[in-house]
Formats: sequence, structure tokens, C-alpha cells
Amino acid sequence: MRRNLIVGAALSSIVVVAALLSFVWTPFDHAQMNIPERLQTPNGVHWLGTDHFGRDILSMVMVGARTSIAVALVAVGIGMSLGVPLGLAAAARKGSWLDELIMRGNDLIFAFPSLVIAILITAVFGASAVNAIIAIGIFNIPVFARITRGAALSLWEREFIMAARVSGKSGPRISVEHILPNVANLLIVQGTIQFSLGILAEAALSYVGLGAQPPTPSWGRMLADAQTMVSLAPHLALVPGVAIILTVLGLNLMGDGLRDYLDPRLRVART
Amino acid sequence: MLRYTLKRLVSLIISLAIASLVIFFVIEVAPGDPAQFMLGLNAQPDTVAALRAELGLDVPKWERYLNWVGGMLAGDFGTSYTYRTPVAEMIADRLWVSLPLALYALTLSTLIAFPAGIYAAARHGHPGDVAVMGATQLGVAIPNFWFAMMLVLIFAINLRWFSAGGFAGWDEGFWTGIHSLTLPAIALALPQAAILARVMRSSLLDILGEDFMRTARAKGLSRRQALWRHGVRNALIPVLTIIGLQFAFLIAGGIIIEQVFYLPGLGRLIFQSISSRDLIVVESVVMLLVFAVIVVNFLVDLAYAAVDPRLRSRT
Repeated sequence: MRRNLIVGAALSSIVVVAALLSFVWTPFDHAQMNIPERLQTPNGVHWLGTDHFGRDILSMVMVGARTSIAVALVAVGIGMSLGVPLGLAAAARKGSWLDELIMRGNDLIFAFPSLVIAILITAVFGASAVNAIIAIGIFNIPVFARITRGAALSLWEREFIMAARVSGKSGPRISVEHILPNVANLLIVQGTIQFSLGILAEAALSYVGLGAQPPTPSWGRMLADAQTMVSLAPHLALVPGVAIILTVLGLNLMGDGLRDYLDPRLRVART
Repeated sequence: MLRYTLKRLVSLIISLAIASLVIFFVIEVAPGDPAQFMLGLNAQPDTVAALRAELGLDVPKWERYLNWVGGMLAGDFGTSYTYRTPVAEMIADRLWVSLPLALYALTLSTLIAFPAGIYAAARHGHPGDVAVMGATQLGVAIPNFWFAMMLVLIFAINLRWFSAGGFAGWDEGFWTGIHSLTLPAIALALPQAAILARVMRSSLLDILGEDFMRTARAKGLSRRQALWRHGVRNALIPVLTIIGLQFAFLIAGGIIIEQVFYLPGLGRLIFQSISSRDLIVVESVVMLLVFAVIVVNFLVDLAYAAVDPRLRSRT
């Protein structure tokens, strides 16, 4: 299934390149209003048309990619930087109170309906990109903690870990030097999946007005703006929607492809 | 089994207790005093103080927490700050939208996912399987609120088969109610169906590789008979778990879809209450949703353990 990896990586890189490119160049200024040219359908000048203020949609989608990627990426970073050490610690001291505490805490976060809590957090602490990141990031922690612990537990049974222990290495040192490199592949794969979920969550939050605030463009808010005009100008809703779908699709395919590529033993039907 | 049930029950209660603490204190640190918010900026300090006393905001935090939890245990969810009606009544009204919506979406998702998953597994590796898997990849990637907008555009605005939003109410008759929930239910069901079809497929593929499937074929069953009698039935166990989890998710997950279709459900209630600083309503609705998720998970675990004794020994 090398095809998955190639298609996924291609789709994802298009989005990343578009986001990076938007720092130095966009076809038009994404915030520039131009009322006489409003609600244009895609044409030679505005490749993806213009919105109700006459802003260039391609430019907005490019800058919006930046927002989506930044939010989802930092949220994955939060999940990894907290979840992985917790998972390693829990596995290193399996069955101890620490393990018990970490896993029960994880169960608890899992039990919360994540979208509702994300909405609650952003609503209580104010709608902003930073709070959206935190709200999404919190729910990434147990995902990484659980997957790290699961993989680390089976590694702790292996001979090479035994050898490391006999040679006098401490638990934390073994975790960092021997366990972590061996779970890295798994974390990369899970990272791509959480990244795609983060893009979806960011879109949902900014759609209800709880994500990045104007004037920062975001795909979710472009959709919210498009909603009232969907019969007048369907392309307003179509373009950001397709951008989200292609990004998420690309990341998911890449995740599947990476898993098969990095570790054929993990080649199970993904659910 | 009894031991296992008790153990799970204890952890259920602990989870609920911690969840209530977290929810209460997250909302308590919210900036903005409800009384001040309701009376506006120019209110006299003594009016604000009087309202605070009336709303019960002047007692210490921990006492309010205990009152809130104690009240909920007795079925009293408090009184809305803005509407001055019991929160329990408001929730009950909204449940008649959110719950049927969740059930409707779950039914649709199951009706789509079962045939798709079984078909894909039975034709493993063939073009039909590849097509179904491709469709599920797409289904997982489509944001449900965007899909909802497209449904409105096609079926409400262009074809005029459904209304674009709002809820007719059950008083108008069962079918009228179902009719106005159809587009929201489809939008909610799509990603769920994609996930469920994948679970169904992979679970069935696991079963198809089992020895007893070969035995079933060896004793003279046709492929089709073996698939239905021994394959699908055994594959259902993990699928039912996922359905349980999805139901819990759908009750809470309708929150955005309700916004798209202007449905008077729990999700809209949360949004409205947040914007009017009606904290007691927010607290109680979120707690109720968390309660629903935790209890459904608990029941799924129990059902699972009842079916599969090996699970009881695991933590």
C-alpha cells in the first residue's frame, strides 16, 4: 500500500506548501475588501472567486491553512510532550500507584465528550486560537499516554531491555535510551492521525466562533460566513470545505501509509 | 462477574465525582459575575448583591458545589438564572430533540455501515472492498457540519424536499418530527457510518481467518451460509461496543449540527446559556452529557464482560 503514502504525502505537502507560501506571497491581500468585485465565481483573476466583501478566496484559504496547521500541530505537540513521558513512566513502573493514577486519569479524560469540553474551555476562557489549541491538546494527552504505555509494556519484556537493566541502567534512562526510540514510529503514525483530527476540531470550533478570531482567517469561520449565502454563492462553502477534506484525507492516508512502511507488523485493518 | 461489576461501579462513581468537580471549578473560574452580567454595567452595588443572594451566589464555593451535586442526585438541577425555570425542565424539553436525533443518526449509521462493512470483508482485496474503504476514508475526512451545509443546499434549497432548519415539534405528528430531523441525522450519521463500516470489516476479517470458519466450510456450508451463520454473528461483539460508544458520542456530538440546523436541542441550550452567563444551566447540561457518556461506557464494559469472561480478569 505504498500508494497511500504517496497520495497522502502529496496532498499534505500541497497544503503545507500553500500555507508556507502564504507568508511571502498570496494572489491578493487576504484581508483586502473590494466590494464592487464581491461574490464572484471562480475566474481568471480570482481563481477561486471572491466572498461577500470581495476578498480573494484563494488567498484566504492559503492563510487559513496556516491557522489550521498551527493549531493542530501545537495541539499534537502538547499531547506528545505530556502524554509520552506519562506513558513511559506508567510502563516503567507497571502496576504501581503511579501507573494506576496515570491510567485512571486518562480514562477520565477519555470519558469527557471532547467537543463539549473544548467548547466549554473556549467559551469560559475566551475564544482565541490559543485556547482552541489548549482545548484540543488536552484530549491528545491520553491518546499518546495510552499508546506509549501499551507499546512500552511489551518492550519491557524483551531481552535487550533486560540486558540494559543488568548493566545497571536506571528505569528513566532505559525509557529514554531504549524504549523511546522503539516506540517512535508508532508515535509518528499516531501523530499524523491526531494532526488530522486536530484540523477537524479546529474547523468545528472556529465554525461556531470559538477558534481563531477575526481578522485571522480560518477555514471554519469561512464556512460559518458562507452559511447564510450558501444558496447565492455555493463556492464560498465549497472551497474551504474541500480544503479541509483534502487536508484530513491526505494526513489519514499518510498515516496509514507510514504505518505500513515503518512497521509491517502493524499492518492490521485500521478502524 | 459480581466482583467485576462492583469494581467497575466504584470507578464509575469516582469518575463522576471527579468530573463534577472539574466541571464546577472550570465554570467557577469563568470571568464575569452572572448577577452583574444580568443587571448590566450601571446596576447599583446593592441591587447586584441582592440578586447574588437570590441566586445563591453569596455562599462559599464548596457549599454551592455540594448543593449542586446534592440537588442533582435528588433530580433537582437548580433554577436557570435567566429564565427562572427549573433547569431539569429545560433539559427535559431539549432531550426530546437531542435524544431522538442521536437515535435516528445511530440507526442510519448502522443501516449504512453493516452492509458496507460485511460486503467489503466478503470481497476482501477486490475492487468492491477498495471502493468501500475509499468511501470510508472520505467519510472520516468530511466535517459533519460542512456536509450538513451541502445537504441543506441540495435537499432544502434546490430540491425543497426538507426545510433548511428548525424543528416542527412532536405535536405535529411523529412523521413531521422525523422529517425535520432527517437532514441533521444524515449529517451526523456519515462519519459514524464510515468508522463503523471499518470496524465491521476488520472485525469480520479477523473472524474469517479463524479455524472454525474453515470447519464450517468443511462441513458443507456455502461461503454465504458460513459468512452469515458463523462470521457475522461473531464479528458483532466489537461492533456493538463501538455502537455503544457512538451513541454516547452522538448525544454530545450533535452540538454543532444543532447549530447548523437551528434545532432546539441540548447543544443549542449550552451555547445560549454560555452567552448569557447562565452558568447553572451550562454546568448541569455538561454534567448530564458526561454522565451519559460515562454510564454508557460502563454498560458497554459490563455487556462485554458478560459475553467474554476473559475480560473480567483484566483491569
